[in-house]
Amino acid sequence: MRIRLPKNTLARREAAEGLLGISPWLIGFLLFTAGPFVVSIVLSMTDWRIMIAPKFVGLQNYVQILTNDPNFWQSIRVTFTYVALALPLGLFAGLGLSLLLNQKVPGARAFGTLFYLPAVLSGVSVALMWMWLLNPDYGVVNTLLGLVGIQGPNWFWDPDWALPSVVLMSLWRVGGSAIIYLAGLQNISPHLYEAAEIDGAGRLAKLRHITIPMLTPTIFFQLVMELIDAFQVFTVIYVITDGGPMRSTLFYMFYMFRTAFEDFDMGYASALAWIMGLIILGFTALVFKSSPLWVFYESDVKQ
Amino acid sequence: MAAITSTRAGFRGSQKWQTRLNVLATLAALTLLAVLVVGIPMGWMVTTALKERTPIFAWPPVVWPNPVRFEHFTETLTAIPLLQFSLNTLVLCALSIVGRMASCSIVAFSFARLRFPGRNILFAVLLSTLMIPSQMILIPQFALFKTVGLVDVFNGYLPLVLPSFFGNAFFVFLMRQYIMTIPRELDEAARIDGASTLQVFWRIIMPLCKPPLVVITVLTFLWTWNEFMHPLIYITQFDSYTIQLGLNMLKGRFNIQWNLIMAGSLMAVVPCVVLYFFTQRYIVGGIASVGIKG
Repeated sequence: MRIRLPKNTLARREAAEGLLGISPWLIGFLLFTAGPFVVSIVLSMTDWRIMIAPKFVGLQNYVQILTNDPNFWQSIRVTFTYVALALPLGLFAGLGLSLLLNQKVPGARAFGTLFYLPAVLSGVSVALMWMWLLNPDYGVVNTLLGLVGIQGPNWFWDPDWALPSVVLMSLWRVGGSAIIYLAGLQNISPHLYEAAEIDGAGRLAKLRHITIPMLTPTIFFQLVMELIDAFQVFTVIYVITDGGPMRSTLFYMFYMFRTAFEDFDMGYASALAWIMGLIILGFTALVFKSSPLWVFYESDVKQ
Repeated sequence: MAAITSTRAGFRGSQKWQTRLNVLATLAALTLLAVLVVGIPMGWMVTTALKERTPIFAWPPVVWPNPVRFEHFTETLTAIPLLQFSLNTLVLCALSIVGRMASCSIVAFSFARLRFPGRNILFAVLLSTLMIPSQMILIPQFALFKTVGLVDVFNGYLPLVLPSFFGNAFFVFLMRQYIMTIPRELDEAARIDGASTLQVFWRIIMPLCKPPLVVITVLTFLWTWNEFMHPLIYITQFDSYTIQLGLNMLKGRFNIQWNLIMAGSLMAVVPCVVLYFFTQRYIVGGIASVGIKG
């Protein structure tokens, strides 16, 4: 990159002011993002237990993780099962909700505000609330299921149901993505629908041939962000299940946290962080690479 | 002729009925969903906190608390100093908000209004950091604070608030987009009158930036208030706990006393709900414009 300095003094002054203006971010980026990024590569090749000085061990941590760490593979399985369940369900629920909110009905805005509420609540209080909602004996969910004659499962306390319980919790926050889809829907030009109506398109045809294609950039963006989110699931697990029962909710982030801050095996945990980074990078690249196949950008047509 | 008009009127009439039916069906679906998604979970939390001890284990379930008990709140507060923890968290929130407002607005203004070499590349770098999962830098950041000896400074709050003073990619992006919509003529008019860059920023741009500043303030508050993992890592002394760390103690302390646990949780949730409803106009719009959920 060649940087050309502006010739006249006024422009030079502006350049200096601009660089000074962004310097808080630039310094922070170097100090808190880029620096740690590089440091973590080095850390991942050490044996470091906080109290003792780090010892260089080469790729030993990576070899150990990939060949001889059942917890790692379990956490991979848990996280990916969660992704496979929560992503498609969240996509359908979010899209469905946004389509409902996009109807011209009185109070649609108020409903939108209400559905977005769960997305701004998080943390321990929400985890505790769900722990109580899904209580097998006295929780409201199983009580309601009991009223219609269904014997509810043991949710967080059953190895087969603990992970679906976490998925259910993620669906509770579906208003978050619905608002984003809604913004995408409202950006679609009404002319497209009018033209389709003149051609005699029905409701389903309009959905399939206009709404969904026009929304693919938004969907695409959401998928990438939610994929990254799936690797961040932590508080729920820490508060409710502790990774159990029988390691059925040993999410990747939780396992990494435990390795770093409970076993104080910082070098090993750094290697775990890097493997996670590579997985996310790989998947994001996959989604990006596949995007020409299914993402429709209006600007492509105009060219 | 008359026949044609009447069928047309009939057709229009049936279409009107159909739209009415649509509206009703949509409203019914939205109401049902609202009850299921928001009403029942939040309502259950509230009634549990207000019920007596035995009715929460009763069959058939007791919906309305009778008598209403407010003691659970005081009982929770005497067992765990949640008020103290709330104050601690408010300190963290205030510092993070001040830091973010100051740093993000200056950085966003510079990206939006000033020309300097490498601007586009640096902005692309800023955007790409949005995609970096924060866990990647969790451990090295801890290592950094540990080796510099700043881990325990200010009760362990320093590592939690310091990064806020160095901008935030999401908020810088949000605010830059907003500033770009402000007409440049305003800046130029001020410049002709002899205003310096700093004066343009402070007198012209900032007063017009209320919406993004509200978004920064509210979201920073919500995120800091609800943050659990970072305080868990950095705060070690009981007296300095945040509200979420305090809530985490509820479960162990009260075992199956759900009245008390829900009373405590409710106290942490209510400020967020109130703040959200007062500012939702800005929040929902801001989120939708950038496309990131809280």
